[in-house]
Amino acid sequence: MLAQLVVTGVLVGSVYSLVAVGLTLVWGLMDIINFAHGDFMMISMYTVFWLYALLKWDPLVSLPIAALVAAMIGLLTYRLVIKRVLNAPGLMALLATFGLSLFIRNFAQFLWSPNYRFVGESILSGKRLVISDVIVGIPQLVAALGSIGMTFAVALFIKKTKFGKAVQATAQSREIAELMGVDTEKVYMFTFALSGICVGVAGTLLSGIFPVYPESGAMYGLLAFVIVALGGFGNIWGAFYAGIMIGLAETIGGFYLGTQFKYAIAFLIYLLVLQFRPKGLFGW
Amino acid sequence: MKKTPLLVILAILLILPLVVKDVNFQHVMLMMLIFAGLGEAWNIITGFAGQTSFGHAAFFGIGAYTSTVLFYKFNVSPWIGMILGALFAGVVAFLVSYPCFRLKGHYFAIATLAVAEIVKQLFVSWDYVEGATGISIPVVADSFWAMQFHRSKIPYVLIAYGLFVFVLFVAIAIERNKMGYYLKAIRESHEAAEALGINTARYKLLAMIVSSMLTALFGTLYAQYILYIDPFMVFGLEVSMKIVLLTVLGGLGSIYGPIIGAAILIPLSEYTRTLLGGTGKGIDLMIYGILIVIVVVFEPRGILGLLRKRSRRRINYGKSTA
Repeated sequence: MLAQLVVTGVLVGSVYSLVAVGLTLVWGLMDIINFAHGDFMMISMYTVFWLYALLKWDPLVSLPIAALVAAMIGLLTYRLVIKRVLNAPGLMALLATFGLSLFIRNFAQFLWSPNYRFVGESILSGKRLVISDVIVGIPQLVAALGSIGMTFAVALFIKKTKFGKAVQATAQSREIAELMGVDTEKVYMFTFALSGICVGVAGTLLSGIFPVYPESGAMYGLLAFVIVALGGFGNIWGAFYAGIMIGLAETIGGFYLGTQFKYAIAFLIYLLVLQFRPKGLFGW
Repeated sequence: MKKTPLLVILAILLILPLVVKDVNFQHVMLMMLIFAGLGEAWNIITGFAGQTSFGHAAFFGIGAYTSTVLFYKFNVSPWIGMILGALFAGVVAFLVSYPCFRLKGHYFAIATLAVAEIVKQLFVSWDYVEGATGISIPVVADSFWAMQFHRSKIPYVLIAYGLFVFVLFVAIAIERNKMGYYLKAIRESHEAAEALGINTARYKLLAMIVSSMLTALFGTLYAQYILYIDPFMVFGLEVSMKIVLLTVLGGLGSIYGPIIGAAILIPLSEYTRTLLGGTGKGIDLMIYGILIVIVVVFEPRGILGLLRKRSRRRINYGKSTA
């Protein structure tokens, strides 16, 4: 039983990680708490759903489109909103993203009603893998592997490419990066888009498992906050490990104490761990 | 701080709902007073002391649930429940402060959010308080003692006004007292405050307890006014965020901030709801959301920031340069 729980927890946690990676990029770079992050994900899930409902596209086929849609929303959010509040005092940016979240969520409800929608038949649906007594759903497995792959790609991108280095430099000091010739404006813009891509990919991978409705991104967004802080702000691998940890805590804790407590347990883990590492597991 | 503008505002807030007979308007004024009061209470820990709490719904909900359970199960007057609720919220604030205050900045903010979510989940699965179903408060004849008035909203408005003024004066008293200076020193620099010999742990704890107790008071009033509570309603992230939003929008750390913020956001939210909420399509919240974005984008310093900038010259004459 424990093996099953661990496997399930890691699978769930991997997707959490990818959502959190998108959030931590922006948070670490600009110190912007994006409350609408989960709602970007919800939009990408609807994109997948409609491509499926209208054109019978498989979620895996619509993945690039859903990611692109989320990236565009990220880009627009930066251009229209974040850019203008970037230098505003304290919590103003948070206020803006919270308003945006309310808008996106209720716009989705306006357009598509609060009903649950499901991506019914896909290439992966219903398939599963049985290893001794552990059952692994193929959609869940693909979601986890896709998330891990994407996390790897983002981490590599930030570490190795010239653009990634510009991101790191900007995160350390905007002024100095600018003196070194970094176009920080561009860095901010593309980081927001990249954050959108992460959450768009996560949304797509989840859309075959999870119902699609206006609130479907909400809990993921909230958990992502906790995961980002648990991992240490701006730390991609921190978000990755913290995501897995929260996934495990939620699954194992939920099994032994009752599923209604699974989120409470995840939050409790956060409070406990931060007693020993007040800046997150991998924070400086 | 000059007294006149504040007294004028207080007079307007009292007279308007009494003179205008429209019940919708009275409802909006009532919600405004409640949320302005919540904003003042939240300001003590976040605006003065600089410790951003995203979890004040926990205290609001504890206030609502304490008095409601006492009234519903034991027929105890909500007035007594209100006081006990505040005490209980203070105890919870004391207990959660120790683990939370070890964290700084965003880590603290997310921790308070986590605490509120944990409390919410506990209430959702706690059968004694009817879990997710929530509690319908028994309707009794109009009485001050039962804090129920069905013929008119005026008594509720007066109670809200009373609570608001009380919280306002506590906040002003703290701000003018040495505690206010200590808290602001902590906000500006934790290390420097400590170096000056301020017992930062004690003052932060005190600010948190006072702030949470004042927040709980409004929970009771809200419950008695709506006559129904459930965990999602009173412990929801929406409540915490509404308090944060209006205070930040108005002006963080200022006595006027929450009043200005509430005067803008609450009518906005209540009127969009009454005008467009009936469709069930979320148009009301959609418009509310986009209006928040527009306000922030065009005035990223907060409304008070805007007013301050306009009248800077005049203020500078009054004060010698620091």
